[in-house]
Amino acid sequence: MPKDSGIGASPKRREDVRFLTGNGNYTDDINLHGQAYAAFARSNVANGKINSVDTSAAEAMPGVLAVFTGEDFVEVGGNPAGWYIESRDGTPMKEPKRPVLAHGKVRHVGDAYAAVIAETYEQARDAVEALEVDIDELPAVASSVAALAEGAPLVHDEIETNLCFDWGWIEDNRAATDEAIKNAPHVTTLELVNNRLVPNAMEPRASTANYNPGTGDYTLYTTSQNPHLTRLLICAFVMGIPENKLTVIAPDVGGGFGSKIYHYGEEALVLAAAKKLGRPVKWTADRSESFLTDAHGRDHVTTIELATETDGTFIAIRTSTLANVGAYLSNFSTCVPTFLHGTLMAGNYAVPNVYVNLKAVITNTAPVDAYRGAGRPEATYSIERVIDKCARELGIDPIAIRRKNFIKPDQFPYTTPVGLQYDTGDYDAVMDKLEEIGDLAGFPARRAESEANGKIRGLGINSYIEACGIAPSNLVGVLGARVGLYDAATVRVNATGTLAVMVGAHSHGQGHETAFPQVVAEMLGIDEGLIEIVHGDTSKIPFGMGTYGSRSLAVCGSAVVRATEKIIKKATKIAAHMMEASEADIEFKDGQFSVTGTDKSVAFGEVAFKAYVPHDFPAEELEPGLEETAFYDPANFTYPAGAYACEVEVDPDTGKVSIERFSAADDFGNIINPMIVDGQVHGGIGQGIGQALLEGCVYDEDGQLLSASYMDYAMPRADDLPFYAVDHSCQTPCTHNPLGVKGCGEAGAIGSPPAVVNAVVDALQSAGKDVTHIDMPLSPGRVWAAMNG
Amino acid sequence: MYNFEYEKPSSVVDAVAALASDEAQALGGGQTLIPTMKQRLASPAKLVSLSGVAEMQGVSADGGLLTVGGAVTHAEVAAQASAYPALARMAGRIGDPAVRNRGTIGGSLANNDPSADYPAAALASAATVVTNAREIAADDFFQGMFDTALDEGEIITSVKFAVPQAASYQKFVQPASRFALVGVFVAKHADGVRVAVTGASEEGVFRWGEAEAALSADFAADAIAGLSLDPSGMIGDLHGTKEYRAHLVGVMTKRAVAAAT
Ligand SMILES: Cc1cc2nc3c(=O)[nH]c(=O)nc-3n(C[C@H](O)[C@H](O)[C@H](O)COP(=O)(O)OP(=O)(O)OC[C@H]3O[C@@H](n4cnc5c(N)ncnc54)[C@H](O)[C@@H]3O)c2cc1C
Repeated sequence: MPKDSGIGASPKRREDVRFLTGNGNYTDDINLHGQAYAAFARSNVANGKINSVDTSAAEAMPGVLAVFTGEDFVEVGGNPAGWYIESRDGTPMKEPKRPVLAHGKVRHVGDAYAAVIAETYEQARDAVEALEVDIDELPAVASSVAALAEGAPLVHDEIETNLCFDWGWIEDNRAATDEAIKNAPHVTTLELVNNRLVPNAMEPRASTANYNPGTGDYTLYTTSQNPHLTRLLICAFVMGIPENKLTVIAPDVGGGFGSKIYHYGEEALVLAAAKKLGRPVKWTADRSESFLTDAHGRDHVTTIELATETDGTFIAIRTSTLANVGAYLSNFSTCVPTFLHGTLMAGNYAVPNVYVNLKAVITNTAPVDAYRGAGRPEATYSIERVIDKCARELGIDPIAIRRKNFIKPDQFPYTTPVGLQYDTGDYDAVMDKLEEIGDLAGFPARRAESEANGKIRGLGINSYIEACGIAPSNLVGVLGARVGLYDAATVRVNATGTLAVMVGAHSHGQGHETAFPQVVAEMLGIDEGLIEIVHGDTSKIPFGMGTYGSRSLAVCGSAVVRATEKIIKKATKIAAHMMEASEADIEFKDGQFSVTGTDKSVAFGEVAFKAYVPHDFPAEELEPGLEETAFYDPANFTYPAGAYACEVEVDPDTGKVSIERFSAADDFGNIINPMIVDGQVHGGIGQGIGQALLEGCVYDEDGQLLSASYMDYAMPRADDLPFYAVDHSCQTPCTHNPLGVKGCGEAGAIGSPPAVVNAVVDALQSAGKDVTHIDMPLSPGRVWAAMNG
Repeated sequence: MYNFEYEKPSSVVDAVAALASDEAQALGGGQTLIPTMKQRLASPAKLVSLSGVAEMQGVSADGGLLTVGGAVTHAEVAAQASAYPALARMAGRIGDPAVRNRGTIGGSLANNDPSADYPAAALASAATVVTNAREIAADDFFQGMFDTALDEGEIITSVKFAVPQAASYQKFVQPASRFALVGVFVAKHADGVRVAVTGASEEGVFRWGEAEAALSADFAADAIAGLSLDPSGMIGDLHGTKEYRAHLVGVMTKRAVAAAT
């Protein structure tokens, strides 16, 4: 019998009622008394020397209240990279300064060099057009390859190179890996590009700042996935506001996919403007600004080699990658291509030698940072594409070669050559499940049917592993993180037995307001409806690290469990006092505290009431109130894994690919709300198919963004996507968090691109085409060219 | 968007008068013009909405002629042009429902976007564009990307289509905009076959003469098997090379012939 509440049940998402009825409260919905508006002047050249910005005409425009330029922020700090990386030779990464507004130079199209505050948004935009700017356009570098070329123009003159770092992982593996590859009987080599993406959250970024001159308090409403980190960056690094004087509120947020993890200059600007004017100041990005300035994702150029025995046994993997990090180092930009990518390069496989070389390259493009999957899709794509190519070269079935090399259940915990220890997994079981739900045995018949209709059909297989719930703090600290990666929760029981649970995670589509109460309700034996989740407001919640990297349930959910355990402990004390029994004799079950061996019992709600009406509490022994906080720092990452199958039909006349079937078998450990997990996987696959077939963020050689609107940047639409068969019944619970959960938010986006590309290559091969690779997105034109070139 | 005046006349005469004022511009469904204004790329001083002009409404069929009012929306053509099924189907696949419920035939033809669908339909159907001042044959109307024979302030009041014996429009969509990457309208008339191509050429919509000759002799997909277009004048961009577009014209033409009803 499926449960209808608590862990494992699928209650509908309670937050959807307000979202679907237009009652959400997003940053742009918040209008403060006396609010003024900000508009930004943005560079239309990719690299340029700012000779002058004359603001006098703009200042004289109707409604204009203030004009800011880069000059106004030279004294304040810069927005830092959150992760410190050392190059192979031990030198520190090159860290260019990232100012609030560009000063001296503009470094990408969209780089803001001035801002106008006016009574209305239109007046602010009019005044931006009235700025008299003298910018000398300089030669630009728009790709990682161009930026490293001999004599390439510099993005930052002061750091004298476009190479941010040259990282080896693990440097000690290098010689052995080189040797293994040299001596291997078979080596498969593949060059590939992991295409750059624009995140395209439905809600554009927005920030509204308020300043109270009477108290010196600032409030910032902003589209953030992690309000506490934003506050920390603004206070400690960028503006020097005392942390107790800034409240950051991320209300309802309409999707982030990574792009809203980071602190952006616009947030600092509206805060500075609010203080200067003594009035609230709002900025909301238009869609063009989103394309130009939201941190983009991916953009890797990789060569991967896979060395094997002739029977397909893996001997070594070696990769060499250029990662474009854009013009400035966004907060996680240095961590994503390194510790979220290089450490995953063993995949699901027992491969003894792995070496990763990664060069991060600064270019005249928007900053690049984490985007759903962040580093792990890039790793998975490289590995799973080269395995497919290798299987074909050796004449081995693509499933068989993967099974042959899987880490086996009895090998866990398994330490990879690239620094991770996988706690649990059963990759064969997941592959079995995939073969079943995807009816892979029926593929030949379906292929024949497609061929009879003049189409060619392919099947693509992929297995992935990822690392979620990024942690623990002591390990990431050694690896270069400049922050900790725990999370926090406070459980407050109200006098009448309802609860507020304040969490450090932030929900911007994930469904925390539904899933977290299921956990607490299960533990306390009470109704979920009594529990409210509070998130997004630094004045209400404990210091948490927000939501990204599929960490909310594994890390913050674990903090919720720990805090709830403390509640039960304290409530047990109160119940013992109420029933005049010893604490040791109290049993808690289904919301009732009872004294073992008697018929005495009190309900959780009665205990709650007593906690706040403690007329007879022994003051020395028992504190009133029922509220507990826990910080949780996990012992390890979690390791979700899965196997995906994609079946495509290709139209041989046009090269158009259509996805006919898509099956996903995932192991997420224990599941709290299966419906939400289905939804997360569906969304992730949608984004992965988008990357594989449609989405491409393209700059021309001069650094102009060619795909700067939906006219040229193809987002997946409903009719681009098939119905999915998803399954998460294979469960090897995480061994080190109290819920045994692993995280499911990014899996779909990680597992699907290689499955799609493998399927298309398989289709073309079946039609006798000698095509071993096509770079994403597999647009009809590219597929047609591959077939006919 | 910059500020502008707004007028909504109820007759063609009043509309033409309103358009005589400085920097006035006609507003059809606003599906092209309003986004351009929002991006501050256009700044008309006055918009003259044509949606209240009764003479520019309605779809009617008479003998071999289908007449569509200049302010008729794509959705109305899709629903009402049953006398010309290929045209109705084409209109029903422009953009999305919101675009079809606002966008008009007059606006689409006046705009002459090189990837728009109506120009191909008008050219293949040997349509006549009727304005407040004159009648213009489709062959003379389209004068290259975003350029037409319309004079300043001249408005399209209706379009007369010669209903062909058989026709089909085949649209291969650009994945992002879903405008035509290549669209081919094939129409078989009593006096010969017309093949009009949109999306492909740097010169905008054009007729593919060689294919017309071959298909007029033998209206079968195989009849054009040996033909190919010179890629040099084709559009090459993010979504397809010149060669790919030239190839697609052939594929879509064959499909249109095969599907023509
Ligand atoms: C999301 C989206 C998708 C679209 N997809 C497609 C597609 O797949 N295929 C396609 O063909 N089109 C597509 N379009 C364009 C759409 O069909 C527009 O309706 C059309 O281009 C313009 O028509 P309109 O009535 O909206 O004209 P407006 O935007 O109002 O005007 C466009 C121009 O025509 C002038 N004008 C308007 N009416 C007249 C008239 N009667 N006489 C003279 N001049 C006039 C205006 O002054 C202006 O210069 C799409 C548009 C959008 C926004």
